[in-house]
Amino acid sequence: MYTASNYVLAQSLEQALELNRKKSSAVIGGGCWLRLGNRRIGTLIDLSALGLDKIQEKEEEISLGAMVTLRQLETSKELAAAFGPLFQEMVRHIVGVQFRNCATLGGSIVSRFGFSDVLTGLMALDCQVELAQKGRMPLEEYARLSPDRDILTAVVVKKDGRKAAYQSVRNASTDLPVLTCALSRKGDLWRLVLGARPGKAMAAETDDAGRLEELARDFSFGSNMRGSEEYRRHLAEVLTRRALAQLEGEQV
Amino acid sequence: MTVTITLNGIRRTGEVQADTSLYTFLRQQGCLSVKCGCETSNCGLCTVHMDGHPVLSCSVPAFRADGHEVTTLEGLQKEAEEFGAFLADEGGEQCGFCSPGFVMSVLAMVRELPDPTDEEIREYLAGNLCRCTGYQSQLRAIKKWLAARKEGDK
Repeated sequence: MYTASNYVLAQSLEQALELNRKKSSAVIGGGCWLRLGNRRIGTLIDLSALGLDKIQEKEEEISLGAMVTLRQLETSKELAAAFGPLFQEMVRHIVGVQFRNCATLGGSIVSRFGFSDVLTGLMALDCQVELAQKGRMPLEEYARLSPDRDILTAVVVKKDGRKAAYQSVRNASTDLPVLTCALSRKGDLWRLVLGARPGKAMAAETDDAGRLEELARDFSFGSNMRGSEEYRRHLAEVLTRRALAQLEGEQV
Repeated sequence: MTVTITLNGIRRTGEVQADTSLYTFLRQQGCLSVKCGCETSNCGLCTVHMDGHPVLSCSVPAFRADGHEVTTLEGLQKEAEEFGAFLADEGGEQCGFCSPGFVMSVLAMVRELPDPTDEEIREYLAGNLCRCTGYQSQLRAIKKWLAARKEGDK
């Protein structure tokens, strides 16, 4: 469990940024992962008074505030209408409802965990992150950067007609995934994302659906206590095939 | 710092540190049904309702509950007793350690899903671990309780 000396309910993003300039400060999302560490925090910065807990649909995009919970993503009618069951499938295996009512989108993205279902799922869409200082940048680019003192305020998903499917394998229900897979299609362009390899999610694109399994095999995989490199490579092909079948409307 | 919450319908104020969890605060307020089983945000034993939604009180910082409504098992005794009788009849509690969090999740579930399928029940309660029952007796208890509620509504 972390310890903290001070707590501040930020009244503005400027205040939060100023406080977060200190290395000893930390922004708290849902607190679910933060509590697993033993960090000694000077000032705990709470963004929950900044209205970042909303899913806002606009004409060309949907903005997901950093404090939106995973459960909000799971139950949002707007997201289901725009992207099909992707968001629900992406988070439904993450621990339990009570966990997903706490854990936030921002916490999931900023942590850039290799096992992140959320990072894998969102990278299959045309997503940009919105940062308090740097403004917008593609999610894929953000995921590659090392953590810094900027503050994530939202993830903006383009409504470009893309449909996506999500698959994952776990050794036990609600455990961390052995492999995560998201596949999206926009016209003839297919975008395949594999995460929990066990490294961070990575994406590859092709305009030939027949090449998707080969593309999946070519990702780099590793071994850990949840699965071997060989097993993950095999799963990658299977999950890609299932996601493709799902997108093409076949029974999986 | 001072935190004020509406706990089981009664306004309560207490002093907390920056890193006090809601779980600790609730125990300090005398709600001893709230327990911590895992320390890894996984077991669901510390489940309480915040503004009607089930949350892990071990992970919610106490300051974030300031100004909100929090309900523990102590605040839902009538419903809990009613469901608890079905749980006992089906042998669904056994050691009983996980029961407070489990009952809180079941009561939250029926508010969201008044007529859940077996699959929906399993999925909604996936975050409540029980090492005794194998979950089948709990599932039977929930289904019989829901059927009895439906019968009572007629």
